[in-house]
Amino acid sequence: MDYATLLQLLDTTLRLATPLLFACLAGLYSERAGIFDIGLEGKMLMAAMASASVAFLTGSVWVGLLAGMMASLLMAGLHGIASITFRGNQLISGVALNFVASGITVLIAQRLFGQGGRTPPLTGDARFQSITLPFAEELRGVPVIGPLYYEVISGHPLLVYVALLAVPLTWWVLYRTRFGLRLRAVGENPAAVDTAGISVVGLRFAAVAITGVLCGLAGAYMATALQAGFGREMTAGRGYIALAALIFAKWRPVAALWACLLFGFFQALALRPDVVEAVVQVKIPVPFLDALPYVLTVLVLAGFVGKAIPPRAGGEPYVKER
Amino acid sequence: MERLPKWADVVLVPLVSLTLAALIAALVILAIGQDPWEAITVMVKGSVMDSYGWGYTLYYATSFMFTGLAVTVAFHASLFNIGGEGQAQLGGLGVALACLFIPWPHWTLALLGATMAAALFGAAWAAIPAYLQARRGSHIVITTIMFNYIAAAVLIFLLVDVLRPDGQMDPATASFPEAARLPTLNQIPVFNLFFTSNVPANVTLFIALGMAVVVWALLWRTRLGYAIRAFGKSEAAAKYAGISPFTIIMVAMLISGGLAGMMAINNVMGEAERLLQNSASGAGFIGIAVALMGRNHPVGVVLAALLFGFLFQGGAELGLWTKIPIEMRTVVQGL
Repeated sequence: MDYATLLQLLDTTLRLATPLLFACLAGLYSERAGIFDIGLEGKMLMAAMASASVAFLTGSVWVGLLAGMMASLLMAGLHGIASITFRGNQLISGVALNFVASGITVLIAQRLFGQGGRTPPLTGDARFQSITLPFAEELRGVPVIGPLYYEVISGHPLLVYVALLAVPLTWWVLYRTRFGLRLRAVGENPAAVDTAGISVVGLRFAAVAITGVLCGLAGAYMATALQAGFGREMTAGRGYIALAALIFAKWRPVAALWACLLFGFFQALALRPDVVEAVVQVKIPVPFLDALPYVLTVLVLAGFVGKAIPPRAGGEPYVKER
Repeated sequence: MERLPKWADVVLVPLVSLTLAALIAALVILAIGQDPWEAITVMVKGSVMDSYGWGYTLYYATSFMFTGLAVTVAFHASLFNIGGEGQAQLGGLGVALACLFIPWPHWTLALLGATMAAALFGAAWAAIPAYLQARRGSHIVITTIMFNYIAAAVLIFLLVDVLRPDGQMDPATASFPEAARLPTLNQIPVFNLFFTSNVPANVTLFIALGMAVVVWALLWRTRLGYAIRAFGKSEAAAKYAGISPFTIIMVAMLISGGLAGMMAINNVMGEAERLLQNSASGAGFIGIAVALMGRNHPVGVVLAALLFGFLFQGGAELGLWTKIPIEMRTVVQGL
């Protein structure tokens, strides 16, 4: 494999890792606050449909992005009401919302555009265009680093950089702010937080709302940047891969970045079986590459690659002492 | 918490959630600018007004009974098996291998063999997450989800690279031999008086109903069933009573996986007569809804499976809407 192919692979990796990263951070906030969220997939799907439809109708990707976040927030709100206010089973609620999303997105898209549940292809301002970072052209000639900067780091849609910036931001919020401390506490020991006079319900709803916004970004990126429009089931299990990445990263933001990049790299490899074959000299079937993130996650869960300990109060509704 | 009277719990709650489901569905249909009444008429016409519609309704219901029972058994041990989809796909693999590579003399023997193979493969696929939960404490919900995806990948690989006959384009196995074909309802005496045209519902329906009885007997009339339910109610109490958590988790998940796998004799052996990609087509997930709707009781599961079969045949998309009120019910019960 030559340097140019490697750069291409890394470029694809970054593109494919972005939705995973958004969704993974989304899950991070939610699960750190003690709310399991299997519905990342559904939220992304809703956001993808809403952003693509609105971006097409208004011609502005920004309005589309907003619509995507609103749609995702709505789903997050439902999950919040079900699992926080009514103390329902968070897993069932998530699974149910995924079902609803996969049905309703196709229904709405079909109703709006009549193209078999797809939105028409987006063009021009209705999509996020790739932006070239400063000095990319000038530095291109510099050996090794130049092409790396030009091919891999520069030339992505804006949201890719937003996702990358969200990682240090999340770290800062979680570990350096009062809100973050409380958020983590509420996922470990909500009773203690309650005793300190802080609203458990309020904190959890805040976390779920952040999850909604981030999933909205993930979905909007899928539909308006990575691809040009919404298609039936377009998220294709990414919500679950993100969940896997979250466990792989043991619920830590920076580790989440590496996990998502790794899983994005697997996805990029699955797109280029010829490269894989050239490197390892054996024909590896594509499905194995596809399954790799899941297998890795199971191994992590089984405790073979370090131990993944979830937030202690995860999945348990909080009942105030009376 | 005040308890509702038993009759209200059993009859009223599902009825209320159904009514809510219908209402929400009607609102959605109205919101996208169509006539809800017309939609309902179409659904009823397409699924229960003639024998052809019934044939499909019962066919779907058969699949949902298996997956619903699978979720039910696991649920009583307080294990949430989301892996029905993957287990059913693996079950399909078992059926395909049994049907393709063993020369069965008659369909009854083939059915017996294929059922064993399906249950075995499904159970094997459930065994790994079960073991990881029991021994290493990995959360069974996450592992079973992961195993759904791994199952899909394994099957794509096998169908594309291994089991596909030469010269065939689509990823599927060869068609099963004549002797491994199950009679559909229109080929069975007595039933053929009603089912005059060719329908996909087949003898598997009776196996599904039989399994419902077996599951009921197992859970409420055997020592093992008692242990499973005791473990589900309180792990600590079960431990003090000398019930091994490891054994119960393994056994409950093996039975659950086996039941989910057995679904494959309906769709793979009874209908498609060869193994296709994504053979379970979501029935594994619908099983969750069926089990919840059926209140985790075999009788309820059979009824709920019929209902979902009707919804699936009548208007696949509408079926999804019933999920919301089910959730609302679990929510209300949690109050």
